[in-house]
Amino acid sequence: MMESTNGRAAVVCRGVEKSFGAGSTRLRVLRGVDLEARYGEMTFLLGPSGSGKTTLLSIIAGLLKQDQGHIHVLGKDLATLHNGEAALFRLRNIGFVFQQFNLIPALTAAENAAVPLLAAGWKRKAAIAEARELLADLGMAHRADVLPNQLSGGEQQRVAFARALIQSPKLVICDEPTSALDGPTGRHVMELLRKIALSPERAVLVVTHDFRILEFADRIAEISDGVIAKVTTGKGAR
Amino acid sequence: MKSESGLRFIAWQMLTGDRAKYFGLVLAIAFSTFLMSHQMSIFVGLLDRTRSQIRDVQDASVWVMDPKTQYVDEVRGLSLQDLYYVRGVEGVLWAVPLLKAVARAKASDGTFRNSILLGVDDASLTGLPQKFLAGDWRALRNPKTVAIDRVGYEYFFGRPPYRTGLELELGSQVVLVGAVVDASPPFVNLPVVYARFSEALDMVGREPRQLSFILCEARPGVSAEELCRRIRAATGLKALTSESFGWDTIWYYIRNTGIPINFGITISIALMVGALVSGQTFSLFILENMKYFGALKAIGVTSMRIVGMIIMQALIVLAIGYSIGVSLTALFFELTKDNLDLRGFRLLPEIMLLTGGLVFVVVMIATMLSVRRVVVSDPAVVFRG
Repeated sequence: MMESTNGRAAVVCRGVEKSFGAGSTRLRVLRGVDLEARYGEMTFLLGPSGSGKTTLLSIIAGLLKQDQGHIHVLGKDLATLHNGEAALFRLRNIGFVFQQFNLIPALTAAENAAVPLLAAGWKRKAAIAEARELLADLGMAHRADVLPNQLSGGEQQRVAFARALIQSPKLVICDEPTSALDGPTGRHVMELLRKIALSPERAVLVVTHDFRILEFADRIAEISDGVIAKVTTGKGAR
Repeated sequence: MKSESGLRFIAWQMLTGDRAKYFGLVLAIAFSTFLMSHQMSIFVGLLDRTRSQIRDVQDASVWVMDPKTQYVDEVRGLSLQDLYYVRGVEGVLWAVPLLKAVARAKASDGTFRNSILLGVDDASLTGLPQKFLAGDWRALRNPKTVAIDRVGYEYFFGRPPYRTGLELELGSQVVLVGAVVDASPPFVNLPVVYARFSEALDMVGREPRQLSFILCEARPGVSAEELCRRIRAATGLKALTSESFGWDTIWYYIRNTGIPINFGITISIALMVGALVSGQTFSLFILENMKYFGALKAIGVTSMRIVGMIIMQALIVLAIGYSIGVSLTALFFELTKDNLDLRGFRLLPEIMLLTGGLVFVVVMIATMLSVRRVVVSDPAVVFRG
């Protein structure tokens, strides 16, 4: 197992390459990405559509394997894990916030937030009680028994945050967390995310192309044409 | 080993959350089950009816007939000499004649109908059904007296209560109805009339070789099969156990009528409709839930556990749909059991099992085809808006 750089990096990518297709249709999506996401920081991965953000995110999450290079997530080389082991690693260590929230329509807010605990084998009652507490922390106590289609976009995002954080993961991956929200709501959920997700034992990686929320970043890595073009310090670090 | 109760809860909620699709799936399976089990029951019941007159003869275990006889409804008469030959075969305890003919029956109000006339042995009355709804076997000892089945009675004389002493013209004779019997329904739902052999001959007109069958019983220590072998060897006649003759009759109808083809088509259509509707609905259900299954995969639920969830969902709709379908079939036969045209049809446990097996296979094939999509789907799809 490789130690993370300076002991503080939760995610380390070195020379990561990924291509799709073969022969003349081969498309090199990642061309040697170097990236770090540190504990206690919110790292933004910024780039236009087609720049390789989603592919890199999938590789960091262990859902895709890179062709070349090394990735260590929380000190673990995910490329060495079998699918089942990678799934268990994600379940225990990574929280996800998806672009479209992906809340299960037939489950209430509390039940949706409890999904990772239920998948981890918790008893339903205990899992939902835990989810209620977390939702209460997010100001959603009164909406815990409501189905997703009765929630506003901002409320759905808060449920998605609760689902991502309920297992106290060491890494939280957010895919375009504000793309489905209007400006003020987007700002509000990012404030909330920063408030509840950031801790010295946790790294938060946010993929976005929404420039309005860059002020919440500690570090901004700009990806362009399959490589990290620039890494800057964000306002969040100040 | 993780407890799967949490995932089972999620699977259940996902399944029942979309009421329209859930009921659509259940109803598709219920409809398919009903159609298959109902049609199979009618098919089996119809075939069983072809041997009803063999089954109703409960006091003889061996039937002797012309060597070329193929089934019970088409006979070439034997001679009385044949009866004596059979009685002379070693191992025969007793042997009696049975006449089977079609005679026109007419009630006093002019209502007439072709009827199956069975002439049973004058002395022993062997071949008479065991259950009487009015009168009893002793009535046939009287001259010009017959027993008639329910279908015949209700056709000629109306609904119960059953009465005796009513007049009926049978062939060239006027006879009295001395008893009403509960005979099994024949393949063609004609009235069945029982008379003594000698009187039955008078009713249809005497001709040479009018003995349709010889019914006999083996001596103790001789099996029915062994007796059949001995009769065949000694007389050259065909001898079959009741069971074998019944099956020969069923197979004759299977090979020589369109019944199996027609029912086979109906059952196949039911299977296909069930497969298409439930398969299509289930596929749609999976497709619409792909992003949620994708999210579960990303969160850390393995493909195999998701397959388990989907199989559980399939088994739930299968169990509920099958139960509804098979209950509807049972209810149908319960409600129609007193209908003279439909009596004798029933839902057999074997048909329930067979239908269950077929529906299970159909649903599992549909499920596996849908599951394949989830398993081979790119997990990174969850990160695409």
